[in-house]
Amino acid sequence: MSRSITLEIPEQKSEEVKENNKATDIVLDIKDLSVYYGENQAVKHASFPVYKNQVTALIGPSGCGKSTFLRTINRMNDLIPIAHNKGEIVYENAVNLLSDEVDIIALRKEIGMVFQKPNPFPKSVYNNIAHALRFYGITKKKELNRIVEESLKKAVLWDEVKDRLHESALALSGGQQQRLCIARTLAMEPNLLLLDEPASALDPVSNAKIEELILHLKEDYSIVIVTHNMQQASRISDKTAFFLNGNVVEYDDTKNIFTNPSKKETEDYISGRFG
Amino acid sequence: MNSKVSDRIATGVFVLLASIIVLLLVSLFGYILVRGVPHISLDFLTTESSTVSAGGGIRDQLFNSFYVLFITMLITVPLGVCGGIYMAEYAKPGKLTNFIRSCIEMLASLPSIVVGMFGLLIFVNTFDWGYSIIGGALALTIFNIPTMVRVTEDSIRSVPGELKEASLALGITHWHTIKTVILPSAFPGILTGAILAAGRVFGEAAALLFTVGLSTPRLDYGNWNPFSEDSPLNLMRPAETLSVHIWATNTNGIIPDIDAVSAGASAILILSVLLFNLIARWLGSVIHKKYTASK
Repeated sequence: MSRSITLEIPEQKSEEVKENNKATDIVLDIKDLSVYYGENQAVKHASFPVYKNQVTALIGPSGCGKSTFLRTINRMNDLIPIAHNKGEIVYENAVNLLSDEVDIIALRKEIGMVFQKPNPFPKSVYNNIAHALRFYGITKKKELNRIVEESLKKAVLWDEVKDRLHESALALSGGQQQRLCIARTLAMEPNLLLLDEPASALDPVSNAKIEELILHLKEDYSIVIVTHNMQQASRISDKTAFFLNGNVVEYDDTKNIFTNPSKKETEDYISGRFG
Repeated sequence: MNSKVSDRIATGVFVLLASIIVLLLVSLFGYILVRGVPHISLDFLTTESSTVSAGGGIRDQLFNSFYVLFITMLITVPLGVCGGIYMAEYAKPGKLTNFIRSCIEMLASLPSIVVGMFGLLIFVNTFDWGYSIIGGALALTIFNIPTMVRVTEDSIRSVPGELKEASLALGITHWHTIKTVILPSAFPGILTGAILAAGRVFGEAAALLFTVGLSTPRLDYGNWNPFSEDSPLNLMRPAETLSVHIWATNTNGIIPDIDAVSAGASAILILSVLLFNLIARWLGSVIHKKYTASK
């Protein structure tokens, strides 16, 4: 299934997109996005682009709205009855992801998400990946085997688990579980990856592996990552958005944010004066 | 009193209480088995019961008990599990849902004799089915559905929300997530609920007195056509179950070996429940292990 069909992006528009220079392609254009939980406004008028094949890091203290922002993109916030939003998230210059007409199932397939706490299904390693594939009608053993192997290789997990594909995923280490969750998402051939503090629950070695993996995945995917780890953000991201109390205080090239921030709050946060 | 002493006292109290419970159970089991087992023989299990002379068995009653159990579970489990799924996954929190929940809880505390009377009025009289297995099974379903719904709802709610999110985030529909992630994870809890319900069905007498009756027609165990009059599978026939038989023999039996028959039947009843539990748990753990790939 091609991407333009799943989310029904008009054909001429996607052609247009392809003509543009790859580095400046915009995957997500966030326009004046506000998210509310009942009366409480968690994200306030956020506006910035997310570029194709780049890593966009969202940093900021706990409760500043980063995760809410991330969960709004793939509509996971729809699960919370009191959550509602205003503004637009324009995907591939064509579709507003927040519109009621968007097919949420197709959207979530195309915009994959990895959570903070590794959450493998209590099934075998193999079935963790095959689970969603079977839902999408891939039932041939050969085809399944191929995709499982490919996804595990992409997530740099294959060598560690190839002999225990049919053992429980819960027997893997935390870092392996998280890479399995990434592999499971990659198996859906997403376009954009949303990572919600994917390494914060892991030890430094696993953390380094995940970072390496993200840099590697950047070649094929666009990535938005929430992180509490400043060093991590500066190491792996191209663009950084700094959130504070629901506001996007500053958005710029990561280099500029970390060497020459234009706002005082950003400088204070990065240098560890608060947060 | 210092905290060490009070800690020791608390430990002592709990050990004492636990021993009392264990002692009670062991002596009760022991009493029933010691009294009953000597009367169990192949002959006892395979002959018809007698109304006047000594030496009757419990063949039909034993079969009836299992058959009523099977039919009841066939109706109760799907209904109860669906109700539990609805309550846990679809019902929007609010006054209506709370009202439904209160109704279910109220239904759970209904005395079984009331359920029996209800079955008598509705299934036996109004529907004019007479004493029938299906009427009994439906009465027991009413009796067991609240537990089943409640247990399913609780088991589903105890499945970590992260698993549901993980599945939904992969672009999988709610229903498919329920089927392939939530229900399998909730399975051990649901199974425990089903086993408890089954135990209640097997031991139930009051609700069945008025619905399946106190007699069993002459059965031909070679005839497995469920629509035939003398087939054991006939759903419209009366069917005295083991626990009803024990009650009936003890209250108005005129056979000379009342004690032997009721003691033997009681032992069989307990052993059947035990066997049923063990098999169900073993089967459950096999299924669960296969699904979760755990050892």
